[in-house]
Amino acid sequence: MAPNPETGTAAIAIEAVVKRFRERGRDVPALKALTATVQRGGVTGLIGPDGAGKTTLMRLIAGLLRPDSGRITVLGIDVRADPLAVQGTIGYMPQRFGLYEDLTVRENLDLYADLHDVDPAGRPARYAELLHMTGLGPFTARLAGKLSGGMKQKLGLACTLVRAPALLLLDEPTVGVDPVSRRELWQIIDTLTRTEGMTVLLSTAYLDEAERCRSVLLMHEGQLVGDGDPKQRTETMRGRSFHVDAEGTGRRRLQALLAAAPGVLDAVIQGSRVRIVTRPGAAATAAALLPTLPGAHLVAVPPRFEDSFIDLLSEHGAAQTKLAAPPPSVGTAKDEPDEIVVDGLTRRFGDFYAVKDVSFRVRRGEIFGLLGANGAGKSTTFRMLCGLLPPSAGTLRVAGVDLRVAAAAARARIGYMAQRFSLYGDLSVMQNLRFISAAYGLSGQRQRERIGWALEEFELAGLADATSRDLPLGYKQRLALAAALMHAPDILFLDEPTSGVDPLARREFWRRINGLAEAGVTVLVTTHFMEEAEYCDRLLIMAQGQVLAEGSSDSVKARARSATLPEPSMEDAFIALVEAAAPRGIAA
Amino acid sequence: MSVRISRRLRGLVHKEFVQIRRDPSSLAIAFLLPTLLLLLFGYGVSLDAHHVRVGVVVTQPTAETASFTSHLQHSPYFAPVALPDIQAAERAIGRREISAILWLREDFTRKLLAPGGAPIGVMLDGVDANTARIVEAYLQQTWQTWLAARAAESGAPIPGALAVTSRVWFNPAVQSRDYLVPGLIAVIMTLTGALLTALVIAREWERGTLEALMVTPVSLREIIISKLAPYFVLGMGGMAVSVAMAVWLFDVPLRGSFAVLVLAASLFMGAALGMGLLISSVARNQFVAGQIAIIVTFLPAFILSGFIFDIGSMPEPIRLFTYLVAARYFVAILQSVFLAGDVWSVILPNAAALVVMAAIFLGLARLVTRKRLD
Amino acid sequence: MLARVLALIVKELLALLKDPKSRMVLIGPPLLQLVVFGYAATFDLNQVPFVVYNADRSAASRDLIAHFTGTPTFHLVATVESLALIPALIEQRKAEMALAIDARFTRDLLTGRPAPVEVIVDGRNSNTAVIALGYANQILSDYAASWAGEHGASAPSVLAVRARYNSNLESRWFIIPGIIALLAQVVTLLVVALTVAREREAGTFDQLLVTPLRPVDILLGKGIPGLLIGLAEASVILVAAVFWFGVPLRGAVAVFYLGAVVFIIAVIGIGLLISALSATQQQALLGAFLFMVPSIILSGFATPIANMPQFVQWLTLVNPLRYFLVVVRSVFLQAASLASLSTEIAAMAAIGCVSLIAATVMFRRRVY
Repeated sequence: MAPNPETGTAAIAIEAVVKRFRERGRDVPALKALTATVQRGGVTGLIGPDGAGKTTLMRLIAGLLRPDSGRITVLGIDVRADPLAVQGTIGYMPQRFGLYEDLTVRENLDLYADLHDVDPAGRPARYAELLHMTGLGPFTARLAGKLSGGMKQKLGLACTLVRAPALLLLDEPTVGVDPVSRRELWQIIDTLTRTEGMTVLLSTAYLDEAERCRSVLLMHEGQLVGDGDPKQRTETMRGRSFHVDAEGTGRRRLQALLAAAPGVLDAVIQGSRVRIVTRPGAAATAAALLPTLPGAHLVAVPPRFEDSFIDLLSEHGAAQTKLAAPPPSVGTAKDEPDEIVVDGLTRRFGDFYAVKDVSFRVRRGEIFGLLGANGAGKSTTFRMLCGLLPPSAGTLRVAGVDLRVAAAAARARIGYMAQRFSLYGDLSVMQNLRFISAAYGLSGQRQRERIGWALEEFELAGLADATSRDLPLGYKQRLALAAALMHAPDILFLDEPTSGVDPLARREFWRRINGLAEAGVTVLVTTHFMEEAEYCDRLLIMAQGQVLAEGSSDSVKARARSATLPEPSMEDAFIALVEAAAPRGIAA
Repeated sequence: MSVRISRRLRGLVHKEFVQIRRDPSSLAIAFLLPTLLLLLFGYGVSLDAHHVRVGVVVTQPTAETASFTSHLQHSPYFAPVALPDIQAAERAIGRREISAILWLREDFTRKLLAPGGAPIGVMLDGVDANTARIVEAYLQQTWQTWLAARAAESGAPIPGALAVTSRVWFNPAVQSRDYLVPGLIAVIMTLTGALLTALVIAREWERGTLEALMVTPVSLREIIISKLAPYFVLGMGGMAVSVAMAVWLFDVPLRGSFAVLVLAASLFMGAALGMGLLISSVARNQFVAGQIAIIVTFLPAFILSGFIFDIGSMPEPIRLFTYLVAARYFVAILQSVFLAGDVWSVILPNAAALVVMAAIFLGLARLVTRKRLD
Repeated sequence: MLARVLALIVKELLALLKDPKSRMVLIGPPLLQLVVFGYAATFDLNQVPFVVYNADRSAASRDLIAHFTGTPTFHLVATVESLALIPALIEQRKAEMALAIDARFTRDLLTGRPAPVEVIVDGRNSNTAVIALGYANQILSDYAASWAGEHGASAPSVLAVRARYNSNLESRWFIIPGIIALLAQVVTLLVVALTVAREREAGTFDQLLVTPLRPVDILLGKGIPGLLIGLAEASVILVAAVFWFGVPLRGAVAVFYLGAVVFIIAVIGIGLLISALSATQQQALLGAFLFMVPSIILSGFATPIANMPQFVQWLTLVNPLRYFLVVVRSVFLQAASLASLSTEIAAMAAIGCVSLIAATVMFRRRVY
């Protein structure tokens, strides 16, 4: 094979790299003959859902793992031959930032400066620069463990930058970080690549971040499925993205109809409308897509990077399951009684108010979202609603029952899906379903019926005896939802229900939730995915334990509309609200 | 170059000390647990039977039986309990109220002068066989002094009488605390050296900090040294606390030199740290590391080191296995240095064994530790 | 409600037996401890190396030495020509005991004066020393009696020693029934103490709490698997004790199981208390360790409670292991009746009640 003419200029050259792991006696391929190049300069995004092999690739590049076969060259050095030399020139921030939580900000910086042999004479200037850039200046004496998620992430970054590396590897730096900190991090990265000429390789599961990269590597199941300039990729989708609305048809029903339409590749709810991507070659008229719905009309919108990713994944055979469109809704949510009533809800821990005087109502059949940065109080509110934490003050009525009086009676009517899809990992799918249904008091014929329903509805029948720990994430999510629905609850509580799953699984999940809401189930969801907020009928945005805004996603977005931002995204709106409510640094 | 290396190492070692200072659980394992163990063993564990309750049944009291029972009364080992008849005594032993029965029958005085002698019936509670043995030995001793005293009084010859002088060297008061407490130091140092070291490294794996450390230009040698040095200091600190408690709280004599003690402890610490490193390279989470450390280092140090149970009396396969337990060499040195003095013929071979153990474990640890995640 | 608790118990058992880590806790340490304690932890002495200094050199003194070499307890390693050589041999641990026979030995024996013999033991391990001394004294008095018999005379009194319940005084008969109690405690405590923390770490605990199960149901569901596993473990070791180690089981198995159930319930109470108080498995493990070590040392498992200082003896009164050890050993060796063990069983029941109530209170407080 002729030498790749680009290897000389590339920051990272990956050639036919294979990496397998042994897990419980089975060979699990993580990377399947991956070949890719990262150019010098700018930010390259390593994009893919959880389990695509992003972290494995990062670790291989950093010399923390050795490939089974293939070769990786970093800045002209073969990683396998001389990992120490590579480690001497790169900076690497692992997923959990690699901070010593029992050391202060300053001590962490000192440690990494020592490890990178930074001359003490040069340190004050470099520290000043880093602290200024990250806004950590006032917190040098604070323990790293006492910092907020966003501040930890910035400190982690500062530690890898004590000696300006030629190449910076960032492994999912924005996971679990609120939108404000996410935006700040990107500002720092932009500065670094512009003023210091640094090359950055950044992995992420957020597709909107790809649009900020100079080029991207798209990974799926251990393979490279695409690369290049994200803008070019997005451009190829032009002419296939539309907003659809239809007079007299609810958005959820419309979305379901569109998702089932043969010419539509992707349909997601956005505010009061539905955003679709058509299949290549499909006629882009309302009549062609929805012959049964005369009132619908299409408006072309600019494509997003996510559109191209969905397009790419569907080419790779990750076909979506087509769910039948739900029956027309029994009534509009507006006429329904309130299922959840929260009045003056307050929770104190010592003299710290985690939640202060929060009030809201959720009607039957409504999807209600709780949004907020880390520490905003949304988890505390959620835990009180589930009866996991008693409120310090205020009233809480769920399904007409006061939670403080009859928690067990209320719980019988609530379905709950915990973060990280908490299942008993050692138990099989069937054993999990059996246990949860029995815990909700199901037995005999009724229990068998519901388990049968769950296995069929969620396409788990073939996996009934599989150990749930070994399930792919998307199936874990399905099983968790199935478990929450075993007793056919009236109210469904979802805590970060789609974190980490790929965009296709997320879409499928929301189609199910929409169907449930249409059938009259009340859904309460917490999320930090701003895009997911679009699915909610109404939202509550929280900061520092208090309500910042409440309303439909359109009305929340409208608050951030300005001359410079005529069409604000949910994230723009969120950041504008948080920044207006609190001075910078405390909200982060 | 040497200056550059030392800055990285200095930074790592400094970090380790800062962490130890801030993490109460490390300090608890290093200092609180040893204190707790020493107190428990110092006060709670004693193999020395004193004031053993013995039921005495005298069917027909005479001057002769009184002479015998008064001997019992004056022995520090026994607390005699007078019981009316043998049935009552049997009930008492069944209820575990007394550890032995002494029965002087109605013909005791008469047979004392007859050929064949007067039998003293002794019935031991054999449930606790070890205590029963000790009680038996004490009874033998008391009986013999009674015989000797009688002979001295009457001046009559006693056929077959032996004048047995028994001496317990190094521990004339036969205090079990004096050998348990020094032996315990080996167990305590195993806790800091192996358990704490394994836990601390496993914690760095769990928290992902080791991953960040490995991507810096720090060398593997520096990482290992930075883990060994602080816990070496901590282990020696634990030893110093134990020795201080042994000498000043429990009055255990320290007859050998402190320098020998420190030297032997350093060697043992090397082996313990090597085991800790080895465990942490196998187990990368604290739960598993803790389990393995307890099973392969703590339990053997407790049971197979000769600290409580006599190695020579163990069955052959287990005795051979004890040669792999570093603590046995250290316990041998500890017991000699504390109770006998600097006995070089004990110290040198055991110290040599410790050197070999330390070299093997540290070498193995160095061999299996990689600056990689797989 | 019963069906729900049953489902929880089934789930708990499945999770315990399917998870390799907890399987390790259930199977590894118990087996290891059975082997180690069963074989290594013995106070019986074997082949104690000893040296002889014989200044008498007569048939009588040689006969005395033969009495020593004739038992498996002692092993003659050297005969020295001078008394001055003995200290070095003992100091260097070449010998653990020395027997010095005075030059007047035979003369004094024949004239009816007490014949001088000196026994020296290495006190660095005073337990071995005391036991060795005991064996030596016994051999010496046997010798004295047989000498008197051969010379047509007899001592004015003889000590006729018998041991009840364990006529050969085998320490294994003492240790192995103790292991049943010890391991039942270790396993039950680990299973129960880690159970809630494990669910907390896996995030499934919230899932459990939002079901209509009441805290009492959850406690039952967590406690009963501990009881089942503890009993299973105790049964396995009981069988091993009887059929492998040959310890006689003289009492009623029913009495043993009654004691075991009450004891394990008391341990479950303590385990649940640790469980309710700890947020992570790490803390639960530390908590279990901190309870277990003192409870074993202060139980009479290896050393008698009667030897402890008075205030430590009072401490042992709240230790359930102390009572169960008595139950196990009495059932095995003394064929004890239920009536004679009622105090012990009542004490364990009282500890169980207190610990279960405390666990329930703490559990309710920590859940919310």
